[in-house]
Amino acid sequence: MLKIGAKDLAKYPFLTEAGEYLRNTGLSLEQLGDPDWQPIVEKAYGRIVVASSGQIYGSDLEALDNDSELLSFLVAIILLKSAGIATLIRRFSLAESRRAEKYLQQDLWISRDKKNLELPLKIIQDLFAVNVSIDNEDFVIKVPDYLQRAVHFHEKEWKLVNRRVANGLVYLSAHETVRLIRAELGEYINGKIQSVNVDSIPQSFRHRVEDLVALAKKFSDTTYVSSEYPPCVKHGIEVLEKGENLPHSGRFLLATYLLSKGQTVDQIAPLFKNAPDYNERTTKYQLAHISGSSGSGTKYQCPSCEKLRSESLCFAIPDCDGIINPVQFGKKRKIQ
Amino acid sequence: MNEKNALLIESAFKEYYFNRFDLIHVPQKATEREFGYQKFNSGMTRHLVIKNDKELHLLLMREVPSDVYCSNAYYSFPNLSMSEKDWKGADLIFDIDAKDLALPCRKDHTIFKCNSCNNHMIEFQSQCSKCGSTKFDIVSVGCMNCISESKKEVTKLVDILTTDLNVKKEQIEVYFSGNEGFHVRVTNADYEQLGSQERADLVDYIMFNGAIPESFGIKRQNNSKTSLPTFEEKGWRGRVARKLFSSKSKAPKVTREIITSGYSAFQVQLEEIKRTMGVRVDPKVTMDIHRIFRLEGSINSKSGLSKIQCINLDSFDPFLEACLLGDDDIDIMADCPIQIRLKNKKFGPFNNEIVSLPKYAAVYMLCKGLGNAT
Repeated sequence: MLKIGAKDLAKYPFLTEAGEYLRNTGLSLEQLGDPDWQPIVEKAYGRIVVASSGQIYGSDLEALDNDSELLSFLVAIILLKSAGIATLIRRFSLAESRRAEKYLQQDLWISRDKKNLELPLKIIQDLFAVNVSIDNEDFVIKVPDYLQRAVHFHEKEWKLVNRRVANGLVYLSAHETVRLIRAELGEYINGKIQSVNVDSIPQSFRHRVEDLVALAKKFSDTTYVSSEYPPCVKHGIEVLEKGENLPHSGRFLLATYLLSKGQTVDQIAPLFKNAPDYNERTTKYQLAHISGSSGSGTKYQCPSCEKLRSESLCFAIPDCDGIINPVQFGKKRKIQ
Repeated sequence: MNEKNALLIESAFKEYYFNRFDLIHVPQKATEREFGYQKFNSGMTRHLVIKNDKELHLLLMREVPSDVYCSNAYYSFPNLSMSEKDWKGADLIFDIDAKDLALPCRKDHTIFKCNSCNNHMIEFQSQCSKCGSTKFDIVSVGCMNCISESKKEVTKLVDILTTDLNVKKEQIEVYFSGNEGFHVRVTNADYEQLGSQERADLVDYIMFNGAIPESFGIKRQNNSKTSLPTFEEKGWRGRVARKLFSSKSKAPKVTREIITSGYSAFQVQLEEIKRTMGVRVDPKVTMDIHRIFRLEGSINSKSGLSKIQCINLDSFDPFLEACLLGDDDIDIMADCPIQIRLKNKKFGPFNNEIVSLPKYAAVYMLCKGLGNAT
């Protein structure tokens, strides 16, 4: 059987095996409340603060004590659940998934020659039900498994026609394999955190929980929703408002819709402020690109209702009857 | 369609459906599929459940539909409305239609029928030579060249499905569509869960749509011959290599030419490969995961020919093997400026004259709008 060590758990603290490891140490939540363990609470708090600022928390696995890496992750979850702020949880999940992604890629790459791929491949198999195997220098996955993930990417190199395909398998590098499951990794970590129940916490945690509540205020600017927005656009704004992750296609909808309604890049950019991966410069650059004022000069149009339906972004209401594009929403309604 | 024509065709269809129960079966997983049918001069009836062959035969005898369809999708509740059906999966389907191939022979078997005076013209003119109207119906009659070119597309498709996509030969069924092309159905559990977007990307692969030079080793600058595809490679890289180099001995020379000509020239070459080697399927059909598709064994009302499975594609002659209506003579007023060939017999051309034709040929002309019941 595959043996997962402390170092593996430091890298992938969200694995089910982490709970088992902790039970074997005999450490309880009450004990963690002891002042001796305060450095772990501080480390956990720091981990959340780093994540909330959009950075990836870095661990020095060689120099540090691996148990503290695992424990700080678990304590961070307890702090987050106690604070109960969705924005922070989303940001933390995203940052932790990027961190795990980095290790997963390294593990796939390093162990490729040694043929010691059991752990990274097991993680991919167990977590995402994707069977990845190895063929010479490459990783291979079944065409349908590939398509179901790659269709969410818009870059041409992810189109199946631009991949090496043979015998029903798609050939990928370590980096591409991990990139393919990025979104699912974030969802998985988020789901894990959501499923944790915290009844009571040690007194020594409370101070940091309060700090988290204060920290979250920074992200809770409200955005005005005009009553004339179609339900799909309203949904997108609401998701962002909650600090949840809106998929690329949803962000594209918001940007193209608002641009078509005459809003400027500067007016739209703050809307994305609550997104877990918000970066002002990147957002403005992307908005400028969509508006056609930079890049190829193509002004992107708002996606059709049909396209949104296929992307599960359509939340049609009776007022949507007879329109084929969200930009028609207000106009049609006025005629009625 | 006028009432008399509809009655004549209906009676020929009814006779076929009565006599040829052996050819008409519900597909596998029938109870999970949605059925639909159309009658002459009437709308579509959908959301039906037909559990077995017996129920299907009963429907055919009772309604005598002009066309019968069955979903490629499987549902929990196929008889409920679209939003309540609960989609469970769908066969992968492909439609290859000769009219999409834009072959040079098309002008030789296309008839322009004036909407106002029914005058028939073989060559395209901007207005009717008799009445001056500018509105025409375009009718194409059967052509062996169109069929053999469509067969080549089917062969290309089957090759990609089996070698690149690991679909087993026995999971692929090829059907003559009943008019001018072929339908291909793949029943492979790995692919049945794919949604519309995934199928769109799969169809782009099959058509060689959206290929970029980088995937074949050509960058905008600093190209090296080692990144170009080789003869032995599988998938499109191998196909592209074999097309570009034509033989292994020519590979070094062609490689140098490709690298010297650069990115844009290679893009043009990829476009050319798409035109000649990409499979010309109708992407809309493959992407549609809720489509009701013509039922095998049923008659296509555009021609009176049946949609039937092609066991041996190479030797398959649709104008013989799919022409299954009766052969007793019927008098019709035929106005068919082009000679047609059915069951190895030639008919026409006819210039608005009453002729006695075997039922299959009479119905073919009526279905094509090239004749009327007397």
